[in-house]
Amino acid sequence: MRISVQEADFDAGAEANAFTAGLTGVGAVVTFTGIVRDNGGTLAAMEIEHYPGMTERAIGAMVDEATQRWALADALVIHRHGRLEANAPIMMVATASAHRADAFAAAEFLMDYLKSRAPFWKKEIGADGAEWVAAKDEDEAALGRW
Amino acid sequence: MQRIDVLYFAWVRERIGLPRERVETDAATVAGLVAELAAREERYALAFADLASLRVALDQELADFDAPLEGVREVAFFPPMTGG
Repeated sequence: MRISVQEADFDAGAEANAFTAGLTGVGAVVTFTGIVRDNGGTLAAMEIEHYPGMTERAIGAMVDEATQRWALADALVIHRHGRLEANAPIMMVATASAHRADAFAAAEFLMDYLKSRAPFWKKEIGADGAEWVAAKDEDEAALGRW
Repeated sequence: MQRIDVLYFAWVRERIGLPRERVETDAATVAGLVAELAAREERYALAFADLASLRVALDQELADFDAPLEGVREVAFFPPMTGG
């Protein structure tokens, strides 16, 4: 299990290959990569603030819960912070399991929890200024299905 | 009297104008600490005007506003999280 909270860019393809290499008894790898949406060209960049210390703890607790609920051979979470340009990768989740159902479910669970329970805050920077992104009710509601 | 590190993130940090500070308090709960901070100055009052739009963590674990402060070393206030 690897968790990386980082400022640096990452290569989602290289990360997926490195994650998959060396796994045994695995029949399914699911990966999700989140990208900075340019909002039709109006968004120049995103600034992501986080709570060092709590961020790693909170993600670690989510990964622990995912490994208890599903038969995972391995899991990976990468989440960036700092200033990110439009179209840059923000975050990535990868899960590996013997069968796809567990890998898909665990990846969705991790995504839902990362959106609402990991201490990150996004600020959108556009031509007209900067604005904090408001949390969405549906993101909070999504936790209810787990 | 208890000494606590209080941290602020995102628009709470911007509204109050600093990322963290050390606070001496007799408050028994988070809500008591909020009341003390909000009474300080207008910028604190504004930041804490609507508790429904705030979240709190005690020693880096999410908590409720009625949670006790006894033994807590670090309190963080922030808006609902927007990761992913």
